[in-house]
This record gives sequence, C-alpha cells and structure tokens, in this order.
Amino acid sequence: MDYFLVVLFQIVGTVGNLALISVGLAVIFGMMRVINLAHGEFIMLGGFAAIFSTQAGINIWIAMLVVAPLSVALLGVVVERLIMRRLYGRMVDTMLASWGLSLLLIGLATTFFGNRVVGIAAPVGSFRVGGYSLGAYDFVLTGVAAVVFAGGYLLLRMTRAGLIARATMQNREMASSLGIEPSRVYAVTFAIGAGLSGLAGGLLAPISGVLPTMGVAYVAKAFITVITGGASVVTGTALSAALLGSINTISTFLTTPVVGDVALLLAATIFLRLLPTGITGRIFKGAP
Amino acid sequence: MNISRRLFLGGTALALTTPWVSRAAFAADPINIASIYDLSGGLEIYGQPIDACLDLAVAELNEAGGLLGREIKVQKYDPQSNIQLYTQFATEAATSLQASVVFGGITSASREAIRPLLGRYQTLYFYSPLYEGGVCDRNTFCTGSTPAQTIGKLMPFAVQNFGKKVYVLAADYNYGQISAKWVRDYTEQAGGEVIAAEFFPLDVTDFSAAIQKIQREKPDVIYTLLVGGNHMSFFRQWAAAGMAGQIPIVSTSFGGGNEHIVLTPAESDGVMAAFGYFQEIKSPTNEAFVKRYHAKFGDNAPYVTEHASATYNAVHHWANGVKKANSLDRMAVIEAIESGSTVEGPGGPSTIDPKTHHCATDVHIGKVKNHSFEILESYANQPPADTAAVCDLVANPNDNQQYVIE
Amino acid sequence: MNSPLTLPAICRSARAHVALAAIATIAAIVILPQAAPLYTLINVTLYLSMGVFALSLALLWGYGGILCFGQSAFFGLGAYAYAIAAINFGDTTLAAAMAMLVPAIFAAGLGYFLFYGRLNDVYLGVITLTVTLILFKLINSTGGDAWRIGTARLGGFNGIPNTPLLTLPFSRVPLTPAQMFSLAAIALFGVYTFSKGLLATRFGRAVIAVRENEMRAELLGYNARRLKLSIFVISAAIAGLAGLLFANSVFVSPTMFSLSMAAQVLIWVVVGGLGTLFGPVAACFALQMGTTALGKLGIVDPNIVLGVVLIVFVVFVPGGIQPALANLLARLSASRSPAGDGVAREVTR
Repeated sequence: MDYFLVVLFQIVGTVGNLALISVGLAVIFGMMRVINLAHGEFIMLGGFAAIFSTQAGINIWIAMLVVAPLSVALLGVVVERLIMRRLYGRMVDTMLASWGLSLLLIGLATTFFGNRVVGIAAPVGSFRVGGYSLGAYDFVLTGVAAVVFAGGYLLLRMTRAGLIARATMQNREMASSLGIEPSRVYAVTFAIGAGLSGLAGGLLAPISGVLPTMGVAYVAKAFITVITGGASVVTGTALSAALLGSINTISTFLTTPVVGDVALLLAATIFLRLLPTGITGRIFKGAP
Repeated sequence: MNISRRLFLGGTALALTTPWVSRAAFAADPINIASIYDLSGGLEIYGQPIDACLDLAVAELNEAGGLLGREIKVQKYDPQSNIQLYTQFATEAATSLQASVVFGGITSASREAIRPLLGRYQTLYFYSPLYEGGVCDRNTFCTGSTPAQTIGKLMPFAVQNFGKKVYVLAADYNYGQISAKWVRDYTEQAGGEVIAAEFFPLDVTDFSAAIQKIQREKPDVIYTLLVGGNHMSFFRQWAAAGMAGQIPIVSTSFGGGNEHIVLTPAESDGVMAAFGYFQEIKSPTNEAFVKRYHAKFGDNAPYVTEHASATYNAVHHWANGVKKANSLDRMAVIEAIESGSTVEGPGGPSTIDPKTHHCATDVHIGKVKNHSFEILESYANQPPADTAAVCDLVANPNDNQQYVIE
Repeated sequence: MNSPLTLPAICRSARAHVALAAIATIAAIVILPQAAPLYTLINVTLYLSMGVFALSLALLWGYGGILCFGQSAFFGLGAYAYAIAAINFGDTTLAAAMAMLVPAIFAAGLGYFLFYGRLNDVYLGVITLTVTLILFKLINSTGGDAWRIGTARLGGFNGIPNTPLLTLPFSRVPLTPAQMFSLAAIALFGVYTFSKGLLATRFGRAVIAVRENEMRAELLGYNARRLKLSIFVISAAIAGLAGLLFANSVFVSPTMFSLSMAAQVLIWVVVGGLGTLFGPVAACFALQMGTTALGKLGIVDPNIVLGVVLIVFVVFVPGGIQPALANLLARLSASRSPAGDGVAREVTR
C-alpha cells in the first residue's frame, strides 16, 4: 500500500517535471509556430545562472526563481532580435537556425564553464511515507509547474494581454490591422518562452546537476510532449505531460528507465498517428 | 603541434634560461610516442589528470636523459569524447606518426575501438584505466586494476561489515555489465547475495524510481558501478530523499571521475571505494610523487585518480622495456617487458604479469570524508587473478580477445 | 530564371555532371592510393561514406520534400544489419546486400505508417525523430550477454568493434585500405549517377511534382502517397549503403543512430543547398575536414564553428552554397542561364 502511494507520488513528480521542461517550448511553438531546438540549451543556461548566482551568495530560491528565468529571457530577447526575427513564417528554417544556436551555445558553455558537472544541494529536505523516504523537492517542481500553468491559463483567458496574444496567434494580419504590433507580441512571447525554459533549468539544477551538453536529454522529450499536446499551449501541454509522464513512470517502475523512455516515445508516436494534430487538435479544441 | 600548452610554456621557460644545455642533451631525433585521451567533452574530467600524469612521467624520463639518449616527444590527440575520432587518431598515430607506442583510451568502448587497429598496424599499446578485466592480447599492456584486485577485496569487506544483501547499480555498457557479474561472483564467494542489479545508460539522470525500489528491497549494502557526470545525480537524489548514510554504499568507480570533489560532503561522505591508488595514501613514495605533481601543475591541479597513477606507471613500464631491450623495436620491447618489469609507482609497486600483460598492484579501500578519501584498509601486491584464470600469453602468444566472465 | 524544363535540357546538363563526376572518381582512384599516405586514404574513405549519407538525404528532402529528422536510423540499421549478417554468415557479400535491404524494409513499414496516415511536415519530422531515438535507446541498452542475434553480440554502448571487413566475393581476404577507398569512391559516384538518372525519369519528375504541390499532383492522377513511400525507401537503402561503408572505415556503434549524426546530415544538406546533389556532398567533405582539423588544433570548440555556420547559412545564404555559386557564375556569364541541377533549383520551404 505504501509502495503504491510512493509510485503515485512519483507519477505526480514526473508529470510536473515533464510539464516544466516543456512549457517554454510550448509557448514559443504554440504562439509563434517556431520550433526552438535551442530549448535544451536555454534550460542548461538557466541551470548555470542559478548555480553561479547561488555560489555568488544569492539566496538559492531567488537564484532559481528569479535570476535564472530573467537572465535567459534576456538572452531570448537578443536571439529574437538577431536571428528569429528574420525567419518568421519559415518553420523549417527557424528549426535549423535554432539548431545552430543550440550547437553554438553548447560550444560557448563548454569553452567558458568547462565540460564538467556542477551542482548545488537541494534546498528542501525529505519526508516519510510509511517505510519510505522521499525527496520533498519533487513537489516544489510540481508546485511551480502548477502555478505556471494556472497563471498562463488565467493570463490568456482573462487579461487584455492574453487576448492580444491569442488574436495574434490566430490571425496575424487581422490583429495587425486592428492596431496590434505583431513583431512586438512575438518578441515578448519569445522572451517569455525563453524565460520559462530558464526557470525549468534553474529548478532542475539541484537534482540533476548542470553540464553544457545536458540540453540534448530534454529537448527531444519536450518537443514530443508539445507536439502531442497540439495547438493549445496550456491545456495541450498539461494534458500530454500528464499522459506521457504517467506512462513513463509506470513503465519505469515495472521495468527499467530505458523501457520507460521507449514507452513514452512509442506512446507519442502511436498517438500522433491516431490524432495527427495532437490532443487539443481534436478533443479539447479551443482551450488556450 | 599538439604539445600541451602547459608543457610548451614550461619548455620555453627552460629553453630561455639554458638554451645550449637542453639542445646538447639530445643529439639524435626524438622518440615519437602518442597519447589519445579525451581532454574535452563529457570524459574530460577523467582525461585531465591522466594527461597530467603522462606529462609528469615523460618529463621525468627526459630530465634523466631520455631513452637511448633520445628525447621522448609526445604527440597528443584529443578525441573529444567521440569514439569515431579515436579510430581516426589511432590510425594517424600508427601510420602517419609511426609512434613507438600509443597510450590511450579511457572507456572500455574506446579501448575496444583502437586495440584492433593498433594490432593491425603493429603498434605497441598501453591501456591504463581500471577496467572490467579479461583483455588478452600480446600487443597490449593493461596497467590499471581489474575486478579480482578491487572487487575481490571490497566485497568480503562489505559483507563482513554491513551484511549479506547487496543491491547493484551499474552503468549499462560492457564495463558495468561485466563488473556487475564479478560483483555477483565475489558476493557469493563471501557468503552474501546480490538481490537486484539495475543498469543505467550513461545519459540517465533520473534515479527516483531506483531509489524507491532500493527502499522496498531494503539491502544491507549498495554497490555502485555508475560512471560519468549524469550518474552523479544518483547521489544527489539519494541525499535529497533523505537516504544519505542510511544504507552503506560501496563502489569501484566512485572517485575515478572526481565524484567526491564535485558532490557536496552531505551527498558523498561515507561512500567507500576500492582502488589501486588514492592521492591520500601515506607513503614516502606517494608523498614525494604528489609533491612533484603539484610543483609541476600548481595547487589547483586535478585530483590524481587511479586511472592517472596507472598511466604514470604505464609510461615507466614502457621505458623499462625500451631500456632493457636497448631498442624501440615492438617485439623486442614486448619481450623485454615480459621478462620482468616493476615500477615503484605512487600507489606501491606495480609488477607486470607476463602471462596476462596485466599488473600486480597494491589495493586500498578508502572512505569519503569532506572531499577526500580516508584509507581504511590496504592489501599488498594483488595479482590480476580474473584475467590470469583465462589468459596465458606465454603459452598462447597469438591469443587476441577479451574474455568475459559467464 | 525560367529555363525550359524539357527532358533534353535536363539530360544534357545531367550528363555533363555525371561525366565530370566520372572523371573525378577515376582520377581519385588512380592517383590517391599512390600519392597519399595511408592515414589520409583512410580518412578520405570515411568522408566518401559520409558523402553517400549526405546524398541519401539530399534526394529525400531536396527532391522528395520529405524532411526526415531521423535519417541516421537507416544509416545505423544498415551498419548493424551488415555487421550482424557478416558475423553470422562469415561471408560479407550477402551481408552487404542486407545493409541496404534491412533499412529499405524498415523504411517501407515506417513510410506506410507515415504517408498513408497523411502525416506532414513537422509531425513527420517528430515521428522520424522519435523512431530514431527509440532505436538509439534500445541499441544502447543491449550491453548484456543476452542480447545477441545468432553469434553476434550487439554490445550496447560499445557497439561491435570487431566489425568484419568487406572481402571480395567468395574470398576470405579483407579489402586493403586502397581497395576500400576505391569501393567507396565508386559507391559515391554510383549513387550520384543513380540519383541523377532517377530524377530524369518520369518517376523522378512525378516525385518533384508531389513536392511542389501534392494536391495538384494527385488531381493529375499521380498516387502521391506511393511516390513518397518509394523515394523514402530508396533513400533509406542509400543511407544503409552509407552505413555499410562507414562500418568498414570506423566500426559499428550506437552513435550512428544518435541525434548528432542526424543533425550533421541535415546541416550538410542545408549548407550545400536544398534541391541539389553536388552541394551537400561538398559541404559534407568541407565540414568533416574542418571539424577534424579543429579537434586536432584544439583552439575553438567545433560546436561553435558548426553552430555559426548553420545559423549564417540559414539566415544569409538560405539556398546553400551550390545555388549561390551557380547564381554568381550566371551573373558573371550573363547570357547563360544558371548551371545547377536544372530541375530543382528553387525550392519552396
């Protein structure tokens, strides 16, 4: 019984984790139809930002929740200005250019930070469920993910900024003729997306450590989660994270981590074949 | 022009002060040797101390007049943790540079990539990191420790002190797979039992499921054969789950990749490891060695791992062979080394076993405390019994394979 | 820029290209083994095998319009099929055939799943990527003894380092490096000529028509799904051949399936020029030599260079080198229409 509860906690943790590493990519893809393959490197840089600022004496929570997202969002502004702005509407080109950016960032991080793992200790302790001891940090991750998703949902649904964002997303020309500046919306969206990737990186730093090449492990998973989610940024990503995260955790517990990953990928493949436009392309149409 | 910057700077400084002496010391052409170790990429952390110890050994030989009156010149190749580059560089070292000897390979995968090539091009090869044992090849000398030497001592120690139920976590490639079998073998010999063995590919960073499974199985001791930066996450997540110190952890890989330096004391204190060398060993030879090492590379030089000290030994074994044979001819050097070579290495004497081309070495068990190892036990002159059980190059000089425990 | 797309015009230019390639191949086979040191010869063999790999995607993406993120799946499958078959059969001729057959069959199954499910652009990319990742993860976790096919151990992360070398049919003697080099050069030339010829046929032009406008092609009576499936299978077989050559100059390992391998080949096609054949091969050679040289110098991290090259090409030279050079030449000799691969210079993305 305890073990069942432990597995359940683990599922919640994995889903939160998956949602968190996907949300930055989801915002950029959902709003701008830009597939940002440098997403993993944004996560990596968020991790480095959190670790370096903690080492510089900044409180770890501020480092993870403020410094990491802000510094990566700043990078996002620069990248949008220099590269992405020239490529809007050319989906394959944005993907290739961001792939180039990903290689460049890995190279730069390796050169300047060295190719070795750095880490910080998790800031919260553990708790017990029957005979088992679990890290409480997983719940911090899931909690932050829940806040981000709820905030995103409310932002898009309830505020004027959300209305503008949704309008630009649905019909760029129409929004533009109504007096909205699409390029500004895009710039802000890209910065927010990058910032959320940075947040994920900052929060992951204590449990996985940070390495210049760590992004590769996340980008494919995030990419698949977002595409499986479909057109709706918030609802789609949350639903597909829940689905894929559960499949992954259950199969990992039953067998090995490799089978867990393979099950996740296989499920996504079959799912996309059945619903080629993702979950929210068919089922929860119209949710933001 | 791949002389490391360190060596180059040191060399120029010396040349500026005593230009004529250093020229005059070596009349003939230098002896070209090659090293292929990952100095960038994911395995850099393993490669740096190895590279430094190779430099140190070569510099010592050159200061003592070189070999056969000639200077030793190292051509360094950095395969950037990429196996494809290993094969390219090994081919270049053998065919284009015509190196007298190649020191190289960190993972067992990279060794198995270049060993057949160097055999094909008849170039003498030294592999120095500790590994899973079993390589039987007359062209290859292995100076690192093997399971019989380390696991064979660590397992009885663990069963005796902590209990019989052992849970194994291992990296999912031949090093982890084969070593895990040795762990099972030696656990059973010691009267214990391996209750589970889990294998993790090198890119796995999430160990939470494994941590819960361990808690369900309640082993008396955990044996880790985890490798590389990603696998350090296990110790972080173990500590984050409040498990640090709850179940003893023993290992024959922990520390080889500077794990005890990168992880915080809260995460790593108490982990016990068995190696042929620890930088903390208290002996006059080692203290002098560490002093020379820091004098040459500064106080911030990387921690000297067993991989690195065995590389230092490897260079000196090769030099012994060349001196004894009075030649650089490959077969002559091999025969000279086979006829007996002992290096008073930093970890104790390292003696070549002619039947297996492996080394008998001292073995130590250490326990992590605040970023360094405290030596708990030492065992003198352990033979490479695992490989010796299957390999006899004196009787079958043409044998060329890696034996694997069934 | 509207050069007439008549069949004779295409043939004329294509024939000239093939003739030039033939001369280059013969010259290389005659001269290089004599003149170059063994090390260079072995490295060039490796580049040639990568050139074949580049052609496989140049054909599929540039002409078929199918962006496959997981071309390395076929590359790896070909190499593994060869190594496993060669170890089991003891003869390499049949094994070499398997290197093309196995990826082709796999592509037929996967392609049926994809194209008959009407999956397009980014979704197609995602699924090819996930399939490659699945193969990579699976093959990487076959380190245990239990994983063997016949007498061949799969070896997991280590791969199969003792990959048997190709022999002449009915012979036991492995090819020498010089012979291996000649074989790779002939293979590259053969695939190039085959692709040129294929594109000049009715089938080839129908494939290009589907790329340009799938619906229009279907309304004209072409079976777009079957055409896409066919070019997918052909490209997979070529990638398998590249894997075979690679396995003979390096060895078989899971890195062949890796994301970076899949990325490399995409970069070559982008840099060389989408919708061209020669460009990707040239880009492949140049970038391979560049990264190897950088690795030896150790001054700049090769990733920085690759990343900058990719960004610069996508943003500033979106057509790739070959069309850019061709345009330049055309401007210099203003009267002639730009040289190139005729049919497919301008590509809609």
